[in-house]
Amino acid sequence: MSEPEKKSDGNGEEAAAPAIDFEPKIVAFACTYCSYTAADLAGSMRLSYSTKVRIVKILCTGRIDTISLLKAFEEGADAVYVAGCEIGDCHFLEGNIRGKQVVQYTKKLLAELGIEPERLEFFHIAASDGPKFAEVADEMTQRARRLGPNPIHARAMGIQTPQGGREQAPSGEGEGQTGRQPA
Amino acid sequence: MIVAERKPIEQIQEMIGDFKKVLVVGCGTCVAVCMAGGEKEVEILAEELRLWRKLNGEDGYTYDEVTLTRQCDKEYLEEIRDRIGDYDAVISTACGAGVQFLAEVYEGRLVFPALNTKFIGVAEGAGVWTQRCMACSDCILEWTGGICPMTICPKNLLNGPCGGTNHGKCEVDPDKDCAWTLIYRRLEKLGRLEKFKQIHAPKNYNPMTKPGSYVHAAYQEEGESTDGQ
Repeated sequence: MSEPEKKSDGNGEEAAAPAIDFEPKIVAFACTYCSYTAADLAGSMRLSYSTKVRIVKILCTGRIDTISLLKAFEEGADAVYVAGCEIGDCHFLEGNIRGKQVVQYTKKLLAELGIEPERLEFFHIAASDGPKFAEVADEMTQRARRLGPNPIHARAMGIQTPQGGREQAPSGEGEGQTGRQPA
Repeated sequence: MIVAERKPIEQIQEMIGDFKKVLVVGCGTCVAVCMAGGEKEVEILAEELRLWRKLNGEDGYTYDEVTLTRQCDKEYLEEIRDRIGDYDAVISTACGAGVQFLAEVYEGRLVFPALNTKFIGVAEGAGVWTQRCMACSDCILEWTGGICPMTICPKNLLNGPCGGTNHGKCEVDPDKDCAWTLIYRRLEKLGRLEKFKQIHAPKNYNPMTKPGSYVHAAYQEEGESTDGQ
């Protein structure tokens, strides 16, 4: 995402030339007190943003465990993000700090498996920041389009991913092909 | 407690190769505390293996999970007696002792280690462990003010520092503290510097003979000694 905009156009995603044309599945874990409220506000403000994001409301991002994030990818999510409060504003004091730490750790595990760590992110979204919620939804959808589908999702859609393996994302950490069985 | 670290996923993947049904067996004691092989880590490992197969488009692989209280006691290992036969291979996330015991109790089953066992250590803070003991079987902490030169000193010196001690740092590794400087400072604080002056005989390494064995006095048979002889 380049410029932050208050309102996004159309279905809210920047025009880009995706490598593979597909409908991405994005899962967003949003905390009750801040980011879900921001999502509500985005709705009240009639902001348009990506329709590909499935929002899962949780009490606090401190609830997020590595397993929830891994399972989302196993179920075919192309990108996953966790949206919590700004630092210092967590209703449960430090839940967002824990959530962020879990996301950082899980990114490392994803890299080991050949999944680009950019597909997973943690964002701080204040309850009053409806526009940021919309921006973030668009950004993650954009990332998913740019990186291409999760191979599990691709298979479910009947799409062939390039060469049976994954292209390493430019800024991804770790080895893309590590540990994979030879084709 | 025993501190261990999970092996890189590639090593584990190579171990289990093409086995279709694999059981991941966890341990709920030391390795759970150091976040390497407890119930949560077993859950994550099994999920990583499933993800690996699915990403490759490979079906028909099953990775089941179970976590025992610990794997160094036969009574806990019994829990999986009825189901272990259903699997082609077992991955154990216990320390080296637990892996071996599981393999011994279920002789004939393929058991793979998921962890690298590191040392006996303590938690310095969340997620940070340091070695404190090397199980030398002849503890001298009484006269070193609670600091172990066997563990910290590269030369295992017992009677003060070597000539290479350098402003509290070690000549072997300048980033490491000199054990005997630490001991001196500690004894000074405790007011027991006279202990520092005592000369101790060379260490008897017999008790460290491998593999070690120990029988508690209450369970020794007639004429049997502590080391099972």
